[in-house]
Amino acid sequence: MDSLLLSRVQFALTASFHFIYPPLSMGLGLLLIIIGVNYLRTRDPKWRQLSFFWVKVYGLVFAVGVATGIVQEFEFGTNWPEYSRFVGNIFGSLLAAEGVFAFFLEGGFLGLMLFGGNRLGPRMWLLAIFMVAFGAHFSALWILMANSWMQTPAGYVVTQTPMGAQAFMTDFGATVFTPSFLPRLWHTWVASWMTGAALMLSVGAWFLLRVKQHAELGKATIRVALPVFVIFSILQVPLFGARQAENVTHNQPVKLAAMEGVWEDTACAPMTVVGWIDEANQTTYGIKIPCLLSFLAYGDINATVQGLHSFPADTWPPLQITFQAYHLMINLGMVFIGIGLLAAFFFFWGRRLWRSTFILWILVLTIFLTEVATIVGWWTAEFGRQPWIVWELLRTVDAGSPVLLGYQVLISNGMFILLYGILFVLFIFLLNEKIQHGPDSLESMEERPVNALPDTFREIFRRQARA
Amino acid sequence: MWLNVVWFALFVIIIAGYLIMDGFDLGVGILHPFLARNDEERRVFLNSIGPVWDGNEVWLVLGGGALFAAFPLVYASLFSGLYIAMMLVLLVLILRTVAIEFRSKRPSPAWRSFWDGVFFAASLGIALLLGVAFGNILDGLPIAADGYIRANLYDLLTPYALLVGVTTIFMLATHGAIYLSMKASGALLDRVKHWVPRLMIAFFALNTVLVGVTALVHETVSDRYWSQPWLVILPGAALLSVIVAWLMVRRQRYFVAFFFSAAMIAGLLISAAVGLYPNLLVSTLNSSYNLTIFNAASQPNTLTVMLIMALIGMPFVLLYTAGVYYIFRGRVQIGPNSY
Repeated sequence: MDSLLLSRVQFALTASFHFIYPPLSMGLGLLLIIIGVNYLRTRDPKWRQLSFFWVKVYGLVFAVGVATGIVQEFEFGTNWPEYSRFVGNIFGSLLAAEGVFAFFLEGGFLGLMLFGGNRLGPRMWLLAIFMVAFGAHFSALWILMANSWMQTPAGYVVTQTPMGAQAFMTDFGATVFTPSFLPRLWHTWVASWMTGAALMLSVGAWFLLRVKQHAELGKATIRVALPVFVIFSILQVPLFGARQAENVTHNQPVKLAAMEGVWEDTACAPMTVVGWIDEANQTTYGIKIPCLLSFLAYGDINATVQGLHSFPADTWPPLQITFQAYHLMINLGMVFIGIGLLAAFFFFWGRRLWRSTFILWILVLTIFLTEVATIVGWWTAEFGRQPWIVWELLRTVDAGSPVLLGYQVLISNGMFILLYGILFVLFIFLLNEKIQHGPDSLESMEERPVNALPDTFREIFRRQARA
Repeated sequence: MWLNVVWFALFVIIIAGYLIMDGFDLGVGILHPFLARNDEERRVFLNSIGPVWDGNEVWLVLGGGALFAAFPLVYASLFSGLYIAMMLVLLVLILRTVAIEFRSKRPSPAWRSFWDGVFFAASLGIALLLGVAFGNILDGLPIAADGYIRANLYDLLTPYALLVGVTTIFMLATHGAIYLSMKASGALLDRVKHWVPRLMIAFFALNTVLVGVTALVHETVSDRYWSQPWLVILPGAALLSVIVAWLMVRRQRYFVAFFFSAAMIAGLLISAAVGLYPNLLVSTLNSSYNLTIFNAASQPNTLTVMLIMALIGMPFVLLYTAGVYYIFRGRVQIGPNSY
């Protein structure tokens, strides 16, 4: 067996599985901050009850995210040592920076977030939650920075060394703020907020449908999550997603051609809604909106979009999967706008949302769609980057390991498939149990009355001493 | 050039940080089937590390990142060369994480004892694998002219590497027991106190054998000590720390004992690092293939940027880590939020 192909499969598998969790950590983090602020403003115990509940869910999500994330950090060395040698100077330092600045923040404050409810007053607990959520976002920032450098490398010089070519850093600022970094960062953050909000909407709707004793908490959850979901899903496609598409147009035009299945240079290029690339006949079938692609890519309906034939065929990404992943993401993005507006409409129309079984069921299922959308979004970025591992500098086929044997990667693939399969089943099982059980009553969660907890730094580090 | 030396020192400090911080987590995991006799006691073990273990594990993530950034050629050679061993490390790291998180999520005794078993096996596995890997680094690896290591898992299981592995297990178990003596209470505390000196003796015996073997057989590490005998103060300080830790345990001053136990771990690691310097990986095929802190490092640009980031970031890390430990100080009490 070919160890390179198996390494590609393994990386795709482990990265995709890992990426189920970080968007939830970021999205739930943001919403937990909103819930915490609501408690501070109103002192309504239902917000505190929801904090305890969602913090527990967060702990579960975070654990699987961390467990699968560590794999990613070491896989560059185990399976892609030629890549590691080439990029270590730059990519390695961004990973290390993630550790120092972001991951320590998350890991350090996670304990306070999970167990702080009974140790800290609500303000200090919220501060701990904020630090974890901030750490999660900051972590994504460094990872996207590193990934953006692979997409649009800048601030480097390639030098031949006795151990092969290496990219050396010439300008730290340029390696950090590569042309694709900011659009990709915002696009990912917003997708994460939508995903977190979708999980809350799903659970809130489920309480209304099936766990009647928690119906009021379900309503409170939806009230927090719905605005976040509606606002960001409306902004995502036309603003953050469009900016990202524009960035691809300028920096990776062949990727855009693959995403849209454009074969020839086309003025007033149409955008395909659904379609199919026929690689044998070099055409793309589908429902097309005239001139929209030119408009989105260049802000001008008469602009010319470069087609695949303008680029050598050995620099084309795998066409069908790039095309389909991209269109699935876009179409789901449109569906989310619809779902959000529908739910908002029924909410404002005399709170009919609480009774509309059909719409509540849609909300229950939205989380699965958002997860699919974020993952196919990544696929678009990463399949679309092929055949390069570092855009136009290093091909993926040259980045593997000269010492890795096929059977070894077969074993590790088997291990990951089995392990991640079991992990996923257990995660869903425990999450489901937690949701069916619903939030515990405050009486059973609180060991001490909330007013007796230290709620300033001074109280934590002075007065609380053996209080 | 000084940057390379600074990064070598920082890397050793990060690994020492990992062994000290996550070391007691691993020790608690290794000890818990032997010392904790019922569900309540097992939960005390788990919750003694509950709020802090995740932050402790970040030291390992940082170690991986720092190695990748500062010495990318070592990162590439070491992890690709020890492929199956690394996959096993990742497996046990994942298993430990989920065992801690999943274990108390359900009341069923079968569920809990299953995850208890996983928690123990994974903690033991991490300690053993790290020890064996470190033993192989001291042993030297078959690094070829292209910088790559061609070895299979079986080649790595030398008697010397296994000795380092077993010594690591006992070192971390001792460290974990001393930590537990600050965290447990009641009958469990008595049992922990009973075990601390016994574990220390076992570790001390193993470590003496290990140091003897290393001095006699491993010229790459011991040469420096023969040529510059004053460096013996480093392993000497580690030895002294063990003795002070022992005295403090006898006086029941466990916080001080823990401090010296940490100093001992750092002392042993630094002693080995000084022996290796300036090599990071020694080739058994030809000493000109050695990967050193000079020929395997990133450029001064990268090392400078990284040093600035470390100087900005690490004080914050130490500050809030200390804050978190302070808030969770004292003996463990099981509540509705506990693991």
